[in-house]
Amino acid sequence: MTADLFLTNVAFYVVGAIALVGALIAVTQPNLLRAALGLILAFVGVAGVYFVLEAEFVGVVQILIYIGAISVLILFAVMLTRGLMRGGVAFNTQWVGAALIAVIVFAILLFVVVGTKWNVVTQKVSGDLIPKIGTELMTTYLLPFEAISLLLLAALVGAIVIARE
Amino acid sequence: MDLLNNLFPNLYDWLVGVLHALLAGLNLRADVESALVAGIMGLVVVVVLLLWLVLMVLAMIWFERKTAARVQDRVGPNRVGPWGLLQPIADTIKMLIKEDIIPANADRLVHTLAPMVAAAPAVLAFAVIPWGKGMAPTDLNIGLLWVVAIGSIGTIGLFMAGYGSNNKFSLLGGMRAVAQMISYEVPQVLTLVVIALMAGSLSMNDIVAAQSGWNGLGWYIFAFPVGPIAFIVYYISALAEVNRTPFDIPEGESEIVAGHHTEYSGLKWGFFYVGEYFNFFLICSVAVTLFLGGWQGPLLPGYVWFIIKVYALVLLGMWIRMTWPRVRVDHLMKFAWKVLVPIALINILLASLFVTYALPALNQYGLF
Amino acid sequence: MVPLQFYLLLAAALFCIGLFGALARRNAIGILIGIELMLNAVNINLIAFWRYIKPADLAGQIFALFVITLAAAEAAIGLALIIAIYRSRDTVNVEEVDLMKW
Repeated sequence: MTADLFLTNVAFYVVGAIALVGALIAVTQPNLLRAALGLILAFVGVAGVYFVLEAEFVGVVQILIYIGAISVLILFAVMLTRGLMRGGVAFNTQWVGAALIAVIVFAILLFVVVGTKWNVVTQKVSGDLIPKIGTELMTTYLLPFEAISLLLLAALVGAIVIARE
Repeated sequence: MDLLNNLFPNLYDWLVGVLHALLAGLNLRADVESALVAGIMGLVVVVVLLLWLVLMVLAMIWFERKTAARVQDRVGPNRVGPWGLLQPIADTIKMLIKEDIIPANADRLVHTLAPMVAAAPAVLAFAVIPWGKGMAPTDLNIGLLWVVAIGSIGTIGLFMAGYGSNNKFSLLGGMRAVAQMISYEVPQVLTLVVIALMAGSLSMNDIVAAQSGWNGLGWYIFAFPVGPIAFIVYYISALAEVNRTPFDIPEGESEIVAGHHTEYSGLKWGFFYVGEYFNFFLICSVAVTLFLGGWQGPLLPGYVWFIIKVYALVLLGMWIRMTWPRVRVDHLMKFAWKVLVPIALINILLASLFVTYALPALNQYGLF
Repeated sequence: MVPLQFYLLLAAALFCIGLFGALARRNAIGILIGIELMLNAVNINLIAFWRYIKPADLAGQIFALFVITLAAAEAAIGLALIIAIYRSRDTVNVEEVDLMKW
């Protein structure tokens, strides 16, 4: 194992552990604000996974959108619906069933992931991908790009209309 | 001249050589050795950068107090050291030996983590700033986005401080901080789009290189009319982003005591204070890199020019702080969404026209 | 390189944690947090497949970007709904918001 490979492995385990710990905090913590902070930790870990996978652009977008915008939005919503924030029971009465379903889904996924033979291509990522992403968005994926822009606009207007007093 | 210009890159190369020579005795595998050298050098760069930033913060604190004194017709600190130069160090010592208070019923973990979350991202963002010729600590191909993305994490620190203190004023300050920073991030990012369009790259080094025309004076701030508008929108929204007067709504003393850091003392308060100056220094550095040609300039070495330009912008920010009253909360939000965002959007349109029609012609004359 | 399966398993674990959160939480914001986690897990899969199966084609990265945009829109609408519900019913506990249930 070369030194680079070893470091990549270590980095993967570290960011993966961060993501999993953050996710566990996010779903089990009864205090919602702390749960949201755990979610931020999970987002950081996932951004790290993207960096390990050499998708720097997506990683930075993850930090910008998820941590900078979505989690702040969630924090804000937690604050605005305060009073339910501290303590209390985190789960509803069907949590045992939910846990069972989650475990079964994980077992199925584990079976599929381990059982399938993946055609892995070992190829170095060549050059600067960002201009390529831009060109692709404006040519091959123009229609979904425009559709998602429209969706974002609709969501923006909708959110303002709904949340308005 | 060349010696001074390339002083730091040469120093770096020399250190790498020394390390290789030192490690050669250990007979490591070639890739292990280079990884080890890269790791040690990374650590060296980080430590030097951090020490340099702390020095800059101390200098800025002194500079700000002196500027404030001049504007208000006072003398300013003049007791500790010559011209009061040692005043920030005395302040630091005072801060370090203060008692660290955690309020009762506060969320201890969040309360303790908040100052670090608020201060650390600013330091991370400095990793992509080109301090001089060949002096960017790391040249990411997404440098511009990195600065914005990392900068947005700091917001969460302020929010955590507001919630973790279990204090109404802190909470109000935290909420205000988040609302303000989210709002002003939008025009800020929109002006950065203009720069990305004009330079055709997100890498900080490429952006500086794109401004090298006209003997290093092809700065984007001269790209009339797109550049000046972008610069003004960027500087205003960046000042709001780092919560400096006249946009210090989140910590307005006369309204909500000290906002998000009401309940902090000692070293933790120091983290917020230092973090604020880190952020201020960061926005000035980014503005210099994007609009004022980075480290480029005649005669003097690049890093000297960089510092001169940054301090010119720092002085501008301090001047604004000393002479403007605080903006009201509702005015602040209106200003962001109804003035800055439309201007920035129109400016993007102008910039795309500029890039398509004016830039090729200007390039022929060696401009931009 | 780290084997592809490890990334897929990490994504599967995140997805299942998110699924559990979405199913078991009482608070509507908690459910939203679970959904965001699930979307993140999907994104890890997209990027891992791009890197390991088809590095030449950028479709994986671009769809990850689309999913992130979608998540932003979803969070904005979801939180607006939650705040609207909180205003009118003074609770965001999904078990108590059952006026439409017969």
